[in-house]
Amino acid sequence: MSEASATRITPGNALRPEDIALAVQHGTARPSEDVGEYALRLGDDALILAQRLGHWISRAPELEEDVALGNIALDQLGHARSFLTYAGAAWGKTEDELAYFRREPEFRSSHLFEQPNGDFAVTIVRQFIVSYYQYELYRRLTASADATLAAIAAKAVKEVDYHRDHSAQWVLRLALGTEESRRRLLAGFRLLWPYVGELFEDDDLTARLGDAAVVPSALRADFDQLTGEVLTEAEIEIPQVPAALGGGRQGRHSEHLGFILAEMQVLAREHPGADW
Amino acid sequence: MEQQLQAVSGAAAQQSPEQQADAEAGQAYFDRAMAADSRIEPRDWMPDAYRRTLVRQISQHAHSEIIGMQPEANWITRAPSLKRKAILMAKVQDEAGHGLYLYSAAETLGTSRDEMMGQLVAGKARYSSIFNYPTVTWADMGAIGWMVDGAAICNQVPLCRASFGPYGRAMVRVCKEESFHQRQGFEILLELANGTPAQKQMAQDAVNRWYAPSLMMFGPPDDDSPNSKQSMAWNIKRFSNDELRSRFVGMMAEQVKVLGLSLPDAEIRFNEETKKWEHGALDWDEFKEVLAGRGPCNAQRMERRREAHEGGAWVREAATAYAAKMAAKNEVAA
Amino acid sequence: MSESLGWPLWEVFVRSSRGLSHVHAGSLHAPDAAMALRNARDLYTRRNEGVSIWVVPADAIAASDPDSKGSFFESPQGKDYRHATYYVKSEGVKHL
Repeated sequence: MSEASATRITPGNALRPEDIALAVQHGTARPSEDVGEYALRLGDDALILAQRLGHWISRAPELEEDVALGNIALDQLGHARSFLTYAGAAWGKTEDELAYFRREPEFRSSHLFEQPNGDFAVTIVRQFIVSYYQYELYRRLTASADATLAAIAAKAVKEVDYHRDHSAQWVLRLALGTEESRRRLLAGFRLLWPYVGELFEDDDLTARLGDAAVVPSALRADFDQLTGEVLTEAEIEIPQVPAALGGGRQGRHSEHLGFILAEMQVLAREHPGADW
Repeated sequence: MEQQLQAVSGAAAQQSPEQQADAEAGQAYFDRAMAADSRIEPRDWMPDAYRRTLVRQISQHAHSEIIGMQPEANWITRAPSLKRKAILMAKVQDEAGHGLYLYSAAETLGTSRDEMMGQLVAGKARYSSIFNYPTVTWADMGAIGWMVDGAAICNQVPLCRASFGPYGRAMVRVCKEESFHQRQGFEILLELANGTPAQKQMAQDAVNRWYAPSLMMFGPPDDDSPNSKQSMAWNIKRFSNDELRSRFVGMMAEQVKVLGLSLPDAEIRFNEETKKWEHGALDWDEFKEVLAGRGPCNAQRMERRREAHEGGAWVREAATAYAAKMAAKNEVAA
Repeated sequence: MSESLGWPLWEVFVRSSRGLSHVHAGSLHAPDAAMALRNARDLYTRRNEGVSIWVVPADAIAASDPDSKGSFFESPQGKDYRHATYYVKSEGVKHL
């Protein structure tokens, strides 16, 4: 066909969740419980965000944005599946057993990821914070002493780099577009900035893992600098709001997670043990 | 075609002699293109009725993709495995893309997407009425993929050769991307049919509910389809509604055996004489009711689209304002 | 509703792999070039279709007049000597 060259469809050859599952099966990827716990944190963040973003598809402000948010959601879901598949290997569980059959306190997502979509501005602010955080995290994790974590991060960092760009473009447009868009964006920053602190908190686990993991507090300076550059261009000052008490990494969650899980898990739990 | 020629020359009577000569030359060129089964491109002369028919058909097709996202998006957050969640998300996202390709094709005829979207949210445009049925179980994701997308593909493959170039090209892209849509639906049903008794029951129930509406996707019977003949003369439509429906029934009848399920129609048979598949009577009154806006979900689907479009206006305005500011800034700098 | 604020139309050209030309893939709406590129990436390269994208405002494209097909494209007709197949006497000569 005449346009064959422009519409060539190939699956690509990047790391997929199925590859992690194979490595687990063959015993080449065997995380300790600590590594599993760490992978749960990263996987749960990405899973909950994908769940939130998935809700936008068919509701975005323009069709092009349905596609864009869909791509970001699919990237996040891909990362979640890889991390959860790997985490599960520490306890002999599959990605689905972890996603669908854990209870709320067993999740390790941080509060920012659980925040509701709100309007488009709130979703963009959440994505902006998340993408700059994940970029710094994954960039360093590519050098992890744990080869599987490093491989997942190497795939993820490229995708998150694009999420960073997408959200920064929208921060600029909403900040400098109309009075209404600026008002909504600033409200989004005030609403979500309290949850930034939790992302950079160290604890015993990250200390024990040494060079297998990334120390969260070490990301803060670069995060502040790079988000700061965008915010300066957007003529926005970081809101002076008190940091919220987190606890997601220890299983103490926002009020929202229960509802997210109720929706996500309902069908799988109606049919325990079923294949889909 | 003859009638069409007369209609056009009738309109030409009010034109200046030059315009009339242009129109006649254009019509002659158009007729040669139709006879040679060649393609018409956006800037070619074309009869007004051909243009109107295409805008209507392509925009309805685009609206169907966009409204058709909703019944499936309904299950993204509840998909029962992460793999299925990813597949469903990619599929619904594809549908937004397909709507975009189609709106673009219609735009080459001089109607803007804003205008088409405006007609849709004002309730003045039609879309495939099958999307006004609710998706009540996970198995509906399977039945939609297998049956609804299957019917759509039967319709769309011949449209790749539609006489209007941009429409045909959009359909080539859509068909390539849709090849996975039907398969993933079939696989969902296959898993369910081979699963627990409750899962199998869920699959059969979905097939029962989606069977008749998917057959009706091909449009009314040939003797009750006034526009079909003209569309076929214009090489937009290649096969009649009943012809496509019969082919589709034949495919379903074979494929359902692999699933180990059954179709809710005891009258399906292959007619050895006509070499065509036949099916039981369809309830066209219900079809017309749903088309007229009285389906289970018409109001809900429209409301959701309106909310997204009108609720997103401030975002589109902000981006436009930003673009204008940056352009002005660059001008000053230059 | 704000019909007048609809985003402008852009034409998208995709290079499917290095060494090939950019080919017209379709169009989309975007408020500006930066977003048009990003939308094009999301819309037209979801399945690995490209390694490079151009976007052009649709109204910046000048097109030949379809009504002048005859005269505009007449000249090359009949100039067979521009094609290698015109030269038959050398047929069979190797590496020519």
